Amino acid sequence: MPILEVQNLSKTYRQMGGETTLAIGDISCKVEPGEFVSFVGPSGCGKTTLLMSIAGLIAPSTGKIIVHGKEVSGPPANLILVFQEFNKSLFAWRSVLGNVRFGLEARGNHSRESANKARSLIELVGLKGFENHYPWELSGGMQQRVAIARALAYEPELLLMDEPFGSLDALTRLELEDTLLKLWEELGTTILFITHDIEEAIYLSDRIWLLSRRPSQIVEELAIDFARPRDQITTRAEARFMGIRNRIYQRINSEGAP
Amino acid sequence: MNDSRSFNWQGWSVFGALLLLWECASRFNPDLQLYLPPVSQILGTLARLIVSGQIVTHLAITFTRFLEGYFLAAVIAVILGAVLGYFRFAHSLFETVIEFLRPMPSVAIIPVAVLLLGIGDSMIVAVTVYASLWPVLINTIDGVRHTERTLIDTGRTFGLSRRRLLWQVVLPAASPYIVTGLRVSLSIALILVTTGEMVAGSRGLGFFILDQERSMNSGNMYAGIILVAGLGYLLNRLFLLCEERAMKWRHGMIAREAV
Repeated sequence: MPILEVQNLSKTYRQMGGETTLAIGDISCKVEPGEFVSFVGPSGCGKTTLLMSIAGLIAPSTGKIIVHGKEVSGPPANLILVFQEFNKSLFAWRSVLGNVRFGLEARGNHSRESANKARSLIELVGLKGFENHYPWELSGGMQQRVAIARALAYEPELLLMDEPFGSLDALTRLELEDTLLKLWEELGTTILFITHDIEEAIYLSDRIWLLSRRPSQIVEELAIDFARPRDQITTRAEARFMGIRNRIYQRINSEGAP
Repeated sequence: MNDSRSFNWQGWSVFGALLLLWECASRFNPDLQLYLPPVSQILGTLARLIVSGQIVTHLAITFTRFLEGYFLAAVIAVILGAVLGYFRFAHSLFETVIEFLRPMPSVAIIPVAVLLLGIGDSMIVAVTVYASLWPVLINTIDGVRHTERTLIDTGRTFGLSRRRLLWQVVLPAASPYIVTGLRVSLSIALILVTTGEMVAGSRGLGFFILDQERSMNSGNMYAGIILVAGLGYLLNRLFLLCEERAMKWRHGMIAREAV
C-alpha cells in the first residue's frame, strides 16, 4: 500500500477583488514506503501549496489526499513538514535540546529518556556540543539541522520537506544533503522533497516528478537509479547525471512562461 | 539598553548632585524650607516613621493592594488577550469596545468604582485591576496576532491541539510583547493604588501623603512620597531582574541583531 496517494488534486485561490487563480491544475501521484521522491519545478509553480495540502495545513479545492490509507482532513499523524524558513519555524525560546525534545513531547513522550533520545538525534545531525545553545546562536545550516532533528524526533513515517536547503550557501547545502541521505538510509523514513535545484533532486531522489508552471501538473516522472550510498563527487561525476540534468532543464524551460 | 549588572556611575552622580542641590537650596533658603525641607531632614523623618512603625502599616497596605491589583490584572489580561488575539471573531466583537475604553484616563473610573463598591480595599483593587489591564491586554492581543504563520504551522504539523498550540507555541512566541505590557502596567498599578488611596482611602501610603499634607506636616508628606517612589523603583528593578532570567533567550537574540 502506498504511504501517500494524491488523487486529482487541484487548488484555486481566491484573490482580492474576487479573481481566482488556479495554483494546482490536476496532480495525481503515489509514494511508496521508504522512498525518497522529489518534486522539481520552476518557482511559483505551486510546489509549496502542494506540500501544504499534503501536510493538511490547507484544504485542496478538489481531489483527495490519502496518507496511510486515511483521507487527509487536517494535519495527519505520522507526517511532519519541514519548512524552508528554519529561522521562523524553530522555537526561539527553546534551546537546541528543547526544540528537539518538542518533537518527542508532541508524541506524548515526556519521559526522562526522551532527553537521551533527543541528545542522540542531535549527535546524529552533527550538533553534538550545541545542545544548550539557542537557535539564534547557530548558523543557518545548523538551524536547519535542528529542525530536521526535531522532525525526526517525532518519528514520522512521512517527512515532507519544502525547499529545506533553499536559503543555504552551496557548501552547507552539499553537507546537509549528505546528512539527510545518511539519516534517511539509517531511519528508513519516507521523504517527499521539494526543490527548484535540479541537481539536488537528482542527487537525493529515487524518483523525480517534474512540475509545470501554474496551474501546475506533473509533466514527467523520472526514475533515478544511481547506486547508493551516493557521493557528492562520484555520483555527480557520472555521465548520466548531466544528461538527466539537461533533460529536466530543457523540459522545464520548454513549458514556457505562464 | 544598559546591562543591569554594570553600575551606572554617571547616572547615580547626576542623581546625587540633584539631591545635593535640593539639600543646599533648602538649607540656605528658610522660605523654601517651609515647603521643601532638606533631604537629610526628610530621610531622618522617614527613618523615625519606619522605626515607630507608623508608616510601615501604610506601606504594607499599599503593597498588598498593589500585588492584588497587579497580579489579578496580569492574569485576566493575558487570558483575555490570548483569546481575543487567537480567535478573530472574538476580537471583532470586542474591538470597538476596547478602542473606546482604552484611551479613557483610568482615574476617571474611580468615582464609578466608589459608587459601586464604596470606599475601601475592593474599590482600590478594582480600579487598579481596570487600569493595569489595558497595556497587558493590548500587547498580548498584538503578540498573539503577530505570531509567525510558519511557527503555527509547525505546531500544527506536529499535531498540537489548539489548546496546546496556544500554550506551547503562541504564548511563548508572544511573550516579549506580554512582558512589555506587564512592565508598563507595573507603574500604572502603583499610580492607581496611590491615587485610589488619596481619593477614597483611610489607610495606605496615598492616604498618608495627602493626610499629612492637609495637616501641614510637609516633612511626613515628603517621607511618604519618598517611600512610595522607592517602592516603585524597587518593583521596577525586581521586574527587570525577573525578566532578564525568564527572557534570557530573547536578550541574546536582540543583542546579536543589534551588532
